[in-house]
This record gives sequence, C-alpha cells and structure tokens, in this order.
Amino acid sequence: MVEEQVEMLLNGDFAVAWAWKHVEPDVVAAFPITPQTLIVEKFAEFVANGEVRTQFINVESEHSAISAMVGAAAAGARTATATAANGLQLMHEILYIVSSMRLPVMMAVANRAVSGPINIHCDHTDAMGQRDAGWIMLFTEDAQEAYDTTIQAFKISENPDVLLPTMVCLDGFLVSHTAMNLKVFGNPKIVKDFVGEVRPVARIKLMGEEVELSLNPRNKIPLTFGPFCYYDYYFEFKRQQIEAMKAVPEIVERVNKEYYELSGRLYGNGRLVPWNVDDADIVAVVMGSAAGTLRWVARKYRERGTKIGILKVRMFRPFPWEEVQKLLENKEVVAVFDRAQDAGAMVGPLSLEVLSALYYSKNRPKNTVTYIFGLGGRDLTPELAEKTFEELIRIKEGKEKPFIKKYIGVRE
Amino acid sequence: MVGVKDLKWTPIPIELAKKPDYFISGHRMCAGCAAPVIVKLALKALPNPENVVIVNATGCLEVASTIYPYTSWKRPWIHNAFENAAATASGIEAAFKALKAKAVWKDDLPIVLVFGGDGGTYDIGLQSLSGAVERGHKFVYILYDNEAYMNTGIQRCSSTPQFAQTTTTPAGVVIPGKLEWKKPIGFIIAAHGNAYVATANPYFWIDFVKKVRVAAEYNGPAFIHAISICPRGWYHSSKITMTVSRLATETCLHPLWEFDPENKEYRITDKSLEIARNPEKKVPVEEYLKLQGRFSHLFTPTRRDDIISEIQRKVDRDWEYLLKLAGMK
Repeated sequence: MVEEQVEMLLNGDFAVAWAWKHVEPDVVAAFPITPQTLIVEKFAEFVANGEVRTQFINVESEHSAISAMVGAAAAGARTATATAANGLQLMHEILYIVSSMRLPVMMAVANRAVSGPINIHCDHTDAMGQRDAGWIMLFTEDAQEAYDTTIQAFKISENPDVLLPTMVCLDGFLVSHTAMNLKVFGNPKIVKDFVGEVRPVARIKLMGEEVELSLNPRNKIPLTFGPFCYYDYYFEFKRQQIEAMKAVPEIVERVNKEYYELSGRLYGNGRLVPWNVDDADIVAVVMGSAAGTLRWVARKYRERGTKIGILKVRMFRPFPWEEVQKLLENKEVVAVFDRAQDAGAMVGPLSLEVLSALYYSKNRPKNTVTYIFGLGGRDLTPELAEKTFEELIRIKEGKEKPFIKKYIGVRE
Repeated sequence: MVGVKDLKWTPIPIELAKKPDYFISGHRMCAGCAAPVIVKLALKALPNPENVVIVNATGCLEVASTIYPYTSWKRPWIHNAFENAAATASGIEAAFKALKAKAVWKDDLPIVLVFGGDGGTYDIGLQSLSGAVERGHKFVYILYDNEAYMNTGIQRCSSTPQFAQTTTTPAGVVIPGKLEWKKPIGFIIAAHGNAYVATANPYFWIDFVKKVRVAAEYNGPAFIHAISICPRGWYHSSKITMTVSRLATETCLHPLWEFDPENKEYRITDKSLEIARNPEKKVPVEEYLKLQGRFSHLFTPTRRDDIISEIQRKVDRDWEYLLKLAGMK
C-alpha cells in the first residue's frame, strides 16, 4: 500500500537531511564542505529543535568525521555522514577501514570536482577515487531520488548479509542545490518501520557464545575490532569482504521493491534504470543528473523514429556487469558518458567498467565510444547532447568512424 | 574538581593485584617495555573496569597485542588507524549517549579509554585529539610516550628529546642527534582549557593510578601523559626499565603534575612535589642520560659537556616554569 506523502520544495541536500530526519540516525558526524553544507546545516536545525535525538558531532575534519563513524558504528549505532570532493579524499584512508570492519555507515556525497585547480562544482572524480574502497555506491539523478535512496541505503547497509557501508551520490549543485517538488513521507514512523526503529546489530557465534557484533561491554566475550593481520589471514579477510559484496545486488533490488510498495517510486531494479533500451540501436550509458538531460533529448529523437535508449547506472559498486552485458547485446552503438577524469587511462572509470563487461560478451555491440564530459561543473546542455547523438547516428549509419574517446564541451 | 590530593580512594597493592587482568599475557611487547605496565595499571584503576571501551591508535601496543587470531584484550577494543584514536573515541562516546537516549543502552555510560603512542598523539594524531578535546567528549586519553616511532624502527618524533639519536636523527660528526627540544604536549592539551591533564610515570604507580581514577571520574576530556620506557629504542638493558623510569622524574625531565581545568590550577604531585619542597633531591640529568645508548654520543668517544650542560640548563628552566605555574615559586 502506498503511504501518505506530502509534497515539499526541496533541493537534494535538504532531501538528504529530511531522509536523515525520518530515519533518525544515532550519530551524525560531519565537517562542512561545499556543496554538502546544506545537508548538515538543515540537519543541525532538526537537532537544535529537538526534532531528532541524534548525537550530532561537529568534527574538525572529514578525516575525523569518518573516524567517528567507525567508533560509533562499531559501538552499534546507526550512523550517517556527508561530504564531497577534497573531504572525501581526506577520508580515503578510513573508507577502507569502514568496509573491512563491516560497518554499515551511510554517507551522502555531493559530487564535486577535486582540486586542483580548486573548483566547487559537479563531476564524479571524487567518488571514482573511492571506487575500490569496498563501499556500495549508488548514484542518484534528482532530489527525489536522493531522499529515497538515502532511506534505502540504511536498510541495504544494515542487512546482516551485507554489513557494508553505502555511499549515496548526488551531483553537486545540479542536484544538491536544485530545488524540485518532491514527496516525503508524512509520517516518519513509516520510514522508521521500514529501516527499523533501531539498528539491527548482527549477532555472531564465538567460542560457544552468541555475541553482538559490536563493542558492547556486556558481550560475554568482548570483541577486538581492527586487529593486526599478517599474510596468514589478511587475504581471507579480503575474500570474505568480496563475498559480502556479492549479496548486495539482490538486496538492493529487494529494498528498492519494498520501498516502491510504500512510496510508489521505483528505480529500475535498483541497480540499473533502462529507458527504451530494449529496442534501441544506440544506447547512452550514464550516471547522475545527466541521465535526465540525455533522456529529454533522446525523447525528441524517439518521436522522429530514431531508436535511442538511455541506460542509467544507479549502482556503480558492486558493478552490475552481467546485466550491463545483457542489456547492451548486439547494439549498433554504445556511448558511455563519463563525468570523471581519465588522465593516463584508456577511458573514464564508468567506461572501463562497461568495456570490461562487454569484452566477455558473446554479442558485443558493433561500436562502443566514450565521451568525457562535464568536468568541474561544465554543463551538458541539450544542444551538446544533441550534437553527440548526431555523431552517434552517423557512426551507426557508417558515415563516420567510431573512436575510443572524445572530450565534449571543452575548449581544445 | 577533585584532583589527586582530594581523591577519596587509596589504591592498595593487594587489592589492585586481586582485580582481574583485562590486558593479559601472551602479547608480543618487548621485554622491559613499560607500555603493558601502563595499560594494566590503568585498567585496574578504573572505578568499573567492566564497563569500558578501549581505543588504540596504531603503534607497538596495538600491533603486538592483537596479532590475529589472538588478542590480549579482555574488554571491547578497537583500533581504527594511526591518527584518529581520539576521533574514534568521540564516535563511541556519542554512540552510547544516543543509544542511552533511546533506551537501547540501559547501563551507565562506559568509560572510553584511549591508548595512543607519542607518534599518534604528538604528531599525526594531534588534530584529531585537539578536536575531540575541544568538543568536550568524556574520554580518558592515555599517552604512552616512548619518545620515538618505535614500532617502525625508532624514528624521530616531536616527542623525541633533544640530542637523542634515532634512526632518522642519527648522531653524525656534524649533527649530534635530534636538534629540537621536546614538544610540551601536556601544556598544549591543558591550553584547551576544558581537559583534566596530568603527567605520570609507571614507576610512581600510586600517583599514576590515582590520576587515572581522577580522569575517569572527571566529566569531560582527560589526558594523561605517561612516560613509557623503551629499552629497544633507548638502547639500554631491559633490566633497568624501572630505574630509568624513576630517573626521568627524579631529574625533572618528566615531572609529575596535574592541571585542574575548573580552577585553572597546575598542581605538582608525588615525587616531583617532594623535589619542589626539597630541591637538593633533584638528580642531575647526566645520571639519566648516561644509562641510555641513545645518548651515548654525549659521552664517547669524547665527552660533550657543552651538550650535557645545555640539556641541564633547559631542564632547570622548564622545571622553574612549572614551579611558577604551580605557584611554588
């Protein structure tokens, strides 16, 4: 049954703050960085007005924000933080520790280009620098999806079969500061019931005792978190982490579906959101707010009978490579739109994933190209999108040679 | 606030000995290392050692006590990274407060007890520690100061005493070891204004356990700077750990004091108080230096009276400064 919801005018940052308000994490620790600031400012208001019982720690750096998350989550608390760009890079070291300790931390990332030169606007390079840190990574397209995905992230991460942290990405300014009419649950209890009133802390068997997987001093056997591991055990730890990651795709799908039943909003299968991909000759693969732009332009082509489809990748980690492979089988042209730096690499990080998947496909697309776009907040305008679509059509028709990658919207 | 002098608790050796050990043998700390002594005493000094969560910065203690699948810790323990023990502690403290507010945690709030070495405290972890202290979290941070990066092989730290040799400040023909005076970490933390700060020495163990008890009962951040003798890195026999430890305080290189943040009072304690009242009991620094290989270049092949007297001058200067702070001058 779809629950009652109220319409609000919120930008993406406020949407995350409202999701936090409805989930009411036990501990939030954060350090301000544009374009994430509105999340923590709004949430600080909720704390100051007693609308949530969260312990809000105004830390002195992002490094300490994520470090406090480790302590709090290991203590059994439900935890959330938010950052962007350089702040996320400062956290880098600890991100690996969070995932290796199997701590279900929720983190919103208002994607921003990384220094230097310093810039405050959107690209995905900040998140892409963390793609091997063992986090679940979900990319959202607009403020509504940011609200919905933030709520879902707690439920995904805290699932006992997962126990991995989740990063929810929203494009800096394009989503974080762009207001839209969106729906939030009228009754926060709906959200609380969905994620659970308190975090379900996993219990494990240890030396014949059942103990809580936390720093709980009441455990019959007190636990040691973060021990020193030599070559005799380290590899097994990492192997188990990979195994946990395998459980994620199905749980993301299930949570997405359960959430749909409450909200009426569905994001594909939770992992991928295809738009007219099945019958398309040309498919653009993209993440974040640019998916909306590409869909809007592609619609006009569809009206004229040109079969363009848009494949939005919502879950970047774990990367749903088998599904991508399947969806892109036998296409005439696949174009990956990559909003991240690729210096020294063959193509951008999203494209590397797609190309790797396609390499093992028995029915590879005839042409695959990459566009690097939008670095440092450079707009992907509908006109620019149209230009690329024209190029892709010419490639499909054999009028133009395919290429490996191109940079679009930049002065060469 | 209640300091060491007014503390209504007298540690009795037999009673402390009877308390269960929560840091147990089997760890791989070096023979003669003072850090395990500090840890054991600290855990026995807590009012309720059952209800504690321990945080450990990366360092000798963490590495040598938790070699997977073994652990020496019989209380909940977490190691996060090198530079963030205090931030980790702030998350734990906040977590139990939140869980208590939601009635998930029903007992008293556990003591959050942090052990950090000098590298993780003076250098790479100073920001994290300063932030956690400024925010006023209730936690007890015990610095075990062995005066160099011992875990990685005795490299220079800002806690390394001047003219000590380390592997990154070797005594050469031109440069006689580390050139800079030791950073006054206790004063730096005290300058935050809201923390109970004390120095300690495991040799003067009654003073130490009392300070841990004071720290645990103080409703705010507490910082205890314990000198931690390292025979391996200081190049002396492991048999003389406690002698060297005693001399660190008797020479006034590591005087014992506490800072009461509520009354803004520095108070000299235990052996150091005795020396303050009877200055003739102060031992020349040479007695301390000559026992340690890290200072051997001050004695052989040629005796460096210029350097030894320079160290003595600075120790005297700092001691006078402390006496003034404590209103004893």
